[in-house]
Amino acid sequence: MKSDASRQGREIRIEGIEKCWGETTALSGVDITVPAGSFTALLGPSGCGKSTLLRIVAGLEAPSSGRVRIGGEDMTQRPADKRNLSMVFQSYALFPHLSVADNITFGLRTRRVAKAARQARLERVAALLGLGPYLERKPSELSGGQQQRVALGRAVISERPVCLMDEPLSNLDAKLRHAMRTELRALQRSLGFTMLYVTHDQVEAITMADQVVLINEGRVEQAAPPHALYETPATSFAARFIGTPPMNILPATALGEIGARAEAEAGCALHFGIRPEALRPDPMGMLKMHVTGGEYHGADALVMGRIGGTEALVRVPGKTLPSGGAPMSLAVAPQDIHLFNAATGQRLDRPISAAQALASNDMAQATTVPDLNQI
Amino acid sequence: MKRREWVWGWALILPALTFIFLFTHFPAVMTVINSFWSTPRGRRPARFVGLENYERLINDPTFWKVLTNNLWYALGTIPLSIGLALLMAVFVNRPFRGRALARMSFFTPTVLPLIAVANIWLFFYTPGFGLIDQILGVFGVGATNLLGQGGTALPAIMAVAIWKEAGFFMIFYLAALQAIPPQLSEAARIEGAGRWTIFRRITFPLLMPTTLFVSINAVINAFRLVDHIFILTGGGPDNASSLLLFYIYETSFRYWDTSFGATLTVVLLGLLCLLAIGQFFLFDRKVHYK
Ligand SMILES: Nc1ncnc2c1ncn2[C@@H]1O[C@H](COP(=O)(O)OP(=O)(O)OP(=O)(O)O)[C@@H](O)[C@H]1O
Ligand SMILES: [Mg+2]
Repeated sequence: MKSDASRQGREIRIEGIEKCWGETTALSGVDITVPAGSFTALLGPSGCGKSTLLRIVAGLEAPSSGRVRIGGEDMTQRPADKRNLSMVFQSYALFPHLSVADNITFGLRTRRVAKAARQARLERVAALLGLGPYLERKPSELSGGQQQRVALGRAVISERPVCLMDEPLSNLDAKLRHAMRTELRALQRSLGFTMLYVTHDQVEAITMADQVVLINEGRVEQAAPPHALYETPATSFAARFIGTPPMNILPATALGEIGARAEAEAGCALHFGIRPEALRPDPMGMLKMHVTGGEYHGADALVMGRIGGTEALVRVPGKTLPSGGAPMSLAVAPQDIHLFNAATGQRLDRPISAAQALASNDMAQATTVPDLNQI
Repeated sequence: MKRREWVWGWALILPALTFIFLFTHFPAVMTVINSFWSTPRGRRPARFVGLENYERLINDPTFWKVLTNNLWYALGTIPLSIGLALLMAVFVNRPFRGRALARMSFFTPTVLPLIAVANIWLFFYTPGFGLIDQILGVFGVGATNLLGQGGTALPAIMAVAIWKEAGFFMIFYLAALQAIPPQLSEAARIEGAGRWTIFRRITFPLLMPTTLFVSINAVINAFRLVDHIFILTGGGPDNASSLLLFYIYETSFRYWDTSFGATLTVVLLGLLCLLAIGQFFLFDRKVHYK
């Protein structure tokens, strides 16, 4: 289906978008560049403005200020039907009175594509999505997963350079969602369109996207490839949002003398971020944790406890679950220590040598390779 | 045990059944029976006359006159009032300033009592100083007597009916429009559909169940109208504005010819049944039920 040059995706540039409804501000100063042909996920907690941003790109909502460019053209004033993009809604928005075939070819009909061409394209899309046997059915006679494919079919048959999706998988069960993730990603790769994909599920964003844009309270926290988001979170919000269980954020005061020296060197109050999977029990370790409990997960276990009065989690192999009440020494590799400005939440980019003292010398060589499947 | 449940079931629906039989089925059956008997008058009791009343009906020019009137009335009012109702509903479904006021004013004719409505229009139509004549007078047109002339009496009544029915039907369309998820038209817009295409291919088909409901109601209302005629024209002049039910009323309760009234009623009931069934079949293939 990658037939001609027009099939190639187009770049989306979102420049200084603000959106207010009376008193409430849904988005403020959002700048995002979605490279042509890439898969970009908009990720964030509920109510952070993801859907609003997507609807602004689609032209279903007008921004209070800022512009939207698609393929270099300013689309801010252009109505939705002239933006040359397709969209999959969270609720699928299938037309209940039309058959699957008519639903998929709806856009081709409104654009007066000849019947023979319409039929040929319908057959290709139906084969691609495995919808062949259902073409004559009404949407209400399909399962949720099948309905979702129809919505996808309607979006891809028009072969637009940009496709927007708003939590398309959220209505599916875990197994189907997993299968659809792989399929969607493969579909996007083979058709080559630019994908802007809204989700509040970090697993979806991290496994599918080339670029993840993390949004919080209407602002972009970080826009980065998935591994960068995990390895170098730009803010303490990003650090805690990505990864399950979330990263431990320890105030410098919880770390005693090392913390105080690091703060003196940095010149500001600090938060130390260490992922539970980066901590490992080691009798020589510099971090002392007071164990309060444990959770056995099979392959591994989570140990809950306090480091200097702050709650912390450690991921350990399943067999080594320590008993509660015991003290535990933990070691961490220097590259696994993240420092954030406590006041702004921003990551500290320059290295603070005092903080490195947390990592014992023998750990300096060991590297924690994040296993993305475990996030 | 099985048997007892059966008895209980009947016992529970008995009160409702009694009332249905007493007030709906019994009168209907009696009407059919009466139509085969003569009207009892004074010392003469009713006697069985077979199809005599029906023969009289077929030869009654007034019957044919009011039936034709009724058909014209139905043809004139139903499509127009439904079309207008749909138009108004689509109009007030969109957000704009004063939307509540517009909705209310469209619906007002429906909540006004029938008699009040007829009186308002009686004033509009009054020859010489009614509203219509005052407006026409500005353009130098002389006094008109819309209700008093054979050619215009029925259309004048039809105008009142459309004005009243459209607001009522609008409420059904408005409710149906609000039940359509806005994402459907958004999805259609993204697929490149303009306003008219969205209406033609999405909104209107989804309103089909409402259209069926409304049109059956409209047909029944068209054959049920008496009150306006009472006040506006009294059926005249020369039965020009008389409709079937008004004729039934006059025959039964003015001339006290109850058995001929019963005969007319049977014909009216038959007609309504046929129309309702016909509409179901006509629409059935086009209606999408959720
Ligand atoms: N039409 C509206 N009028 C007023 N406020 C709105 C409107 N639509 C959205 N909002 C507000 O804007 C904010 C962002 O909403 P949005 O729907 O974009 O969230 P979201 O990130 O998509 O959340 P979710 O993951 O739950 O779908 C919310 O606080 C919401 O209350
Ligand atoms: Mg949303």
